[in-house]
Amino acid sequence: MPVEVHLPTVLRVHAGGERTVHAEGATIGQVLGALVATYPGLSGQLLNDDGTLHRFVNVYLNDDDVRYLSSLDTPVAPTDEISILPAVAGGSGDGGWLASVPALR
Amino acid sequence: MLHLPEPLRDQMVAHCLTGLPLEACGLLVGDHERGVVVTCVPTQNVAASARLYTVDPKEHLRADRAAEAEGLAVIGVFHSHTHTDAYPSPTDVAQAPDPTWHYVLVSLRDVVPTVRSYRIVDGTIEEERIVGGSR
Repeated sequence: MPVEVHLPTVLRVHAGGERTVHAEGATIGQVLGALVATYPGLSGQLLNDDGTLHRFVNVYLNDDDVRYLSSLDTPVAPTDEISILPAVAGGSGDGGWLASVPALR
Repeated sequence: MLHLPEPLRDQMVAHCLTGLPLEACGLLVGDHERGVVVTCVPTQNVAASARLYTVDPKEHLRADRAAEAEGLAVIGVFHSHTHTDAYPSPTDVAQAPDPTWHYVLVSLRDVVPTVRSYRIVDGTIEEERIVGGSR
């Protein structure tokens, strides 16, 4: 039975503009694999070439970040909801003199 | 153009000052079409660094759900540069998650904080005017 997957704005363009799509699978990895099979445009967006989860996306099983569960091996039940959001990160990068302060690295 | 009411701008700057000496961050929730910020959602910087920020993924999920429930959306992100200009760094550009977002930078380098907003599309940075909160 397919589970519901919520896509962020930035990925909807690869899924026909849909906010919510459905995909089959017993684990997060299988669901993402099924999603990519249906919407090939998502392939490089979700998974790395080696099949691991891309560092620039966060995948949630209901309320939980799957990286704190079993990542792609996390089991999925038909009643679960999966959400995908971009990882939001950045920063000045250049620490200047602050980079010399170990506690602030 | 980004419509950012002054109280929200002040809330954002206050969150960044509270986060010193580390970088601080948060999400901008609002009307995507009109570029209006309705709520500023301060979040934890889970990178806990003076040079990097990462919005707490769980807070992002909560903010995204709350925004959608109100017919709004996460339309951007703000973060502080503690010792450099209010201009996107190469790290900011490389990791910009969404070309439709507004990227607000708060520089705390000088005594008076500087707030600027940018669009980052395909690695190209373009500053946009802030209305209702720019000084």
